[in-house]
Amino acid sequence: MNEQPIEDLLRRMAPQVLGVLVRRDGNFAAAEDAVQEALIVAAEHWPRDGVPEHPHAWLIRTATRKLVDEHRAAAARRRREENVALEPPAAPVPDADDTLRLLVLCCHPVLTPSSAVALTLRAVGGLTTAEIAAAFLVSEQTMGTRISRAKAKVAEAGARFTLPEPDERGRRVQAVLRVLYVMFTEAHTSSGGAGLHRVDLAAEAIRLTRMLQTALPADPEVTGLLALLLLTDARRPARTGPDGELVPLAEQDRTRWDRAAIVEGVGLAVAARRAGVVGEYQLQASIAAVHDAAPTAADTDWAQIRVLYELLERVTDNPIVTLNRAVAVAMTDGADAGLALLDEVAPRLAGHHRLDAVRAHLLEEAGDPAAAARHYAAAAARAVNLPEREYLTMRAARLRSL
Amino acid sequence: MTRFMILTKHDRSLDVPHMSEWDPADVEAHVECLRALNAELAANGELVEMNALTGPELAKVVTADGAGAPVVTDGPFPEAKELLAGYQLIDVESEGRALEIAAAVSAAPGPGGKPLGQHIEVRQVMFTFSADA
Repeated sequence: MNEQPIEDLLRRMAPQVLGVLVRRDGNFAAAEDAVQEALIVAAEHWPRDGVPEHPHAWLIRTATRKLVDEHRAAAARRRREENVALEPPAAPVPDADDTLRLLVLCCHPVLTPSSAVALTLRAVGGLTTAEIAAAFLVSEQTMGTRISRAKAKVAEAGARFTLPEPDERGRRVQAVLRVLYVMFTEAHTSSGGAGLHRVDLAAEAIRLTRMLQTALPADPEVTGLLALLLLTDARRPARTGPDGELVPLAEQDRTRWDRAAIVEGVGLAVAARRAGVVGEYQLQASIAAVHDAAPTAADTDWAQIRVLYELLERVTDNPIVTLNRAVAVAMTDGADAGLALLDEVAPRLAGHHRLDAVRAHLLEEAGDPAAAARHYAAAAARAVNLPEREYLTMRAARLRSL
Repeated sequence: MTRFMILTKHDRSLDVPHMSEWDPADVEAHVECLRALNAELAANGELVEMNALTGPELAKVVTADGAGAPVVTDGPFPEAKELLAGYQLIDVESEGRALEIAAAVSAAPGPGGKPLGQHIEVRQVMFTFSADA
């Protein structure tokens, strides 16, 4: 077996093995360290010696040994002689529940989203500290420190390896969704590297969301998030040009979109909406589905997108949503109607570069290239992402050269 | 997480003599303060790297027109108001945290233990390319 399938196998088994150990030992932080060590040993040995006949049992055995070693060392440090006996192996339990327990634990509300992302990637995603560090362009030591701190914080908060009580469950699952969404958006990133083996954070976020969806298939927001991530990621091949430059939705080569992901995403979005409970992620997924279903930009059903943004606005009260609705309004009722809506929301978005970017776009549509160029330039000056700044600058320069 | 550069300059607008003229105990307190800050940032997982640059006396400015030999001017450029002294590259949760760190750098003690009040520039990083990641 070559390295990629082994890596996939290890990542798939990591949360299962961790679930067994935590349930047996009760100490999440120590069990998580032990699983991490076992994964590293496996990644070293399996490509050379072959995958053991029972890889799952092998990992549990190796991780348990590491955990016992750690307990002995800790006991010795405390100068106590008592033997830390581990219970006999627990009976296998459904993996999906363990995954859910681990996700809820790693996405504990006491953690900031970025700490939760790092911890989740390691404990549930089965990634090594080195891989996570490389994905965020920090040293392995720095990432190790962040993960240890996150675990300590979760322990301090008294978190346990149990499913949250029903009355709390919704809120905790919402926190998990938020972390997975942040993980996905971190991937559209602000960094590049010469290395070829960087972890694909978007793919990781989709994989973990899929695991969550397997555990909670009837939760429309979980299904909605999976749909949203698939439908957004489907456009990735067309979103950047050969030199990494940003290609806006209207100009993307739609033949490069990932059809299989779109088909799956649209199906999930429809299923989520059918549940009849309106939520943020399923609405965003529905909007993405309308875009992805249009064979050309001109075929986009803007009237439907506009209605969906109205619903989303009611759910989120986020001025960025209003900004997006202004684009839809401009497409259905003309640029002037869109600009009027921008004036309404402008006070809530003062200084945000996207306000200037959308205004520039609508002014361009309205046939005022000089004003559009001014706003593109203003948006570029406040942009926080390099490809976006280059795009906005280029847009301003083109209008000025007309 | 967001990356910021915390830039410290040779700030000639400060009414403070060169560090070589300070009381040695004050120099020590200043250096120790920044060393402790960097150690704390590293322990928090917030410090990506810190670089201190050689002084203006060793600085060179290069100008080339692409045709003739480049023009190289040696420091310390007394006419220039400010030169970079060093920087910390940090990776933090918020701009607020970056400003807090910059404030700690700015308030590092000067002569007599009085906070220096240097002008510290805070700049958000928008793109990072790493050769080994």
